[in-house]
Amino acid sequence: MIPRIIPLIAAIALVAAACSSAGSANDTVPSPTLTTTSSTVANTTTTSAPEETTTTTAPDDGFPVTIEAPNGQVTIQSKPERIVSISPTSTEVLFAIGAGPQVVAVDDQSNFPQEAPVTDISGFTPNIEAIASYNPDLVFLSFDPGDVIASLEAIGIPVILHPTALTLDDAYGQWEQTGVATGRIAESVELVETTTASIDAAVQSLPEGAGALSYYHELDPTYFSVTSATFVGNLYALTGMTNIADAADPDGYGFPQLAAEYIVDSDPSLIYLADTKCCGQNGDEVAARPGWNALSAVTNGAVVELDDDIASRWGPRITDFFDVVVASILELANA
Amino acid sequence: MSAGRPVETRLHWWWVGGAVVVLILSVILGVMIGAVGLSPIGIIRSVLDKVPGLDVDSGFTQRDEAILWQIRMPRVILAVIVGSVLSAAGAAYQGVFRNPLADPYLLGAGAGAGLGAILAIAYGPDATAWIVDPLPLAAFLGAIGGVALAYVLGYTVRSGRTSVTLILAGVAVASFLTAAQTFIQQRESDTLREVYGWILGSLNTAGWSEVKLVLPYIVVSLLVIMGSRRLLDVLAVGDTEASTLGVRPGRIRLVVVVFATLATAAVVAVSGLIGFVGIIVPHTVRLLTSASYRIVVPLSILLGGVFLVFADVIARTALAPAEIPIGVVTAFFGAPFFAVVLRRGKGVVS
Repeated sequence: MIPRIIPLIAAIALVAAACSSAGSANDTVPSPTLTTTSSTVANTTTTSAPEETTTTTAPDDGFPVTIEAPNGQVTIQSKPERIVSISPTSTEVLFAIGAGPQVVAVDDQSNFPQEAPVTDISGFTPNIEAIASYNPDLVFLSFDPGDVIASLEAIGIPVILHPTALTLDDAYGQWEQTGVATGRIAESVELVETTTASIDAAVQSLPEGAGALSYYHELDPTYFSVTSATFVGNLYALTGMTNIADAADPDGYGFPQLAAEYIVDSDPSLIYLADTKCCGQNGDEVAARPGWNALSAVTNGAVVELDDDIASRWGPRITDFFDVVVASILELANA
Repeated sequence: MSAGRPVETRLHWWWVGGAVVVLILSVILGVMIGAVGLSPIGIIRSVLDKVPGLDVDSGFTQRDEAILWQIRMPRVILAVIVGSVLSAAGAAYQGVFRNPLADPYLLGAGAGAGLGAILAIAYGPDATAWIVDPLPLAAFLGAIGGVALAYVLGYTVRSGRTSVTLILAGVAVASFLTAAQTFIQQRESDTLREVYGWILGSLNTAGWSEVKLVLPYIVVSLLVIMGSRRLLDVLAVGDTEASTLGVRPGRIRLVVVVFATLATAAVVAVSGLIGFVGIIVPHTVRLLTSASYRIVVPLSILLGGVFLVFADVIARTALAPAEIPIGVVTAFFGAPFFAVVLRRGKGVVS
């Protein structure tokens, strides 16, 4: 068994790491390309009228356009009508900005919205030929397993890589870039504006003592968590709450596994479960864990069951997630 | 076993005594150290308070008590149990197969448990809808099923049926089950997170319920393995020779494999796949003492517990309050050790 178990563990770790970029555990591996700013084009669109930003030729519909994607310059010759999205977040963004009718196929992890044309293309190990068989004129990816991008570009298909966002601005940049790439600039700018307004309003509604609260965000039932350095952690940070996982991650990896006794000792004011769909966790399960029944969050009914998918994507539904978080704080404050 | 020099077969009392002392010390260390800094004095007082007739105020809050008694204690005890069982099962497998690399994982226990676990996670009913949690049950049945399959396959070989054919059958079954597991994982990728956490092994979520769950299996199995240790020494001379000495190698092999597998399946069900323990510990005992199973089996049981308690202490304190999967710790220390054992060559293995 010895010569066998290591490759087994390694293979599983690899698969799990790959899963992390697209699936509900998308946060386990921060993408190396994250530091590049999302888009110069998108940045200008927020400050000026949408039509003026795509300064490249063609007067009628604004195409062709060249955008600065995280994976380099991407030129799109004409308005894409056959988009393939291998990223659940991109799928949500495309439909939210009205580019849904231009989408011909999405990967098997893209479970929202309902009208998305789900195929059996794997979101973890996408097959080049399967993607190419849809004859796409633009492909969205959130990570690049096995040089998919190079292979697609080699056969002349433009690819935009939108890796896991770290901040709200990263996410907004990707949305606006999606708008530019699909000829939906006005809609994408509007989406960013309404999202910003919604989050601002939610922050304004926070009660006085929110900053004194602490929270634990659970990714799986073995106590993997997120720190404030992650996208979802950045959203929580807007509430002023303290993240108990921050102390467990001096290297800034972002996704530490917490010791059970540390969680109990920290006694977080609020517990957010992002493992309700994957792993069947809920308030009762949490209360039944050894030593957890006396936690403040359990006795105060402050164990919040999140939707794993919403809590792990950086798409338009972050407002839903943030509203749930703020509502839980308000409920705790008024209890 | 080198020819000419008789192998030590007497289990000296100071070996057992020394191993027991080390085990007790490691348990104390395991209970004293953790992600949360509970005061050693308070821990001692809290333990004394549990002694019937004594009433000592530990000065601990209710939460400290919960951390000590509901989280840390069962975790240390479970580490002892898991380490003892994996080591004893490894020693027993090495004996009946006369193969220094043998352990239950080699015959498909790990692969079977992994497949069982992913089937339960991917297709099983919601855990809350069941009286028992389906995951450990499926892992348990998977581990037993994997070894049973290997055994049946190995024993239906018509020509040249030896312990080697059985191991080859085990390798084939393990590869097949691993492939099936990977395939399902790929198809049901939303289950990856739960499977991944389980496979790397963890004692982080352990409580007394896990300890109670495995106790009946491991007590019976360890007694059987302990009772077979003389027969394992007889088997070491080879099946034909052993037969002339009046023992039945096939029957001994079956009984030992059944009980070693049962115990392994039980601990794998609650702790996940923790590798290398069943190889490292028995070989260390052989290096330090003797190749006789009359010595290797009892000392492996004691020192296996020590090894896993230490591994778990590293797993939960090295990056505290973050955890390292314990399977990573045992493999990290196990792989280099194993290289050393291999380099030492024939003298070490029996």
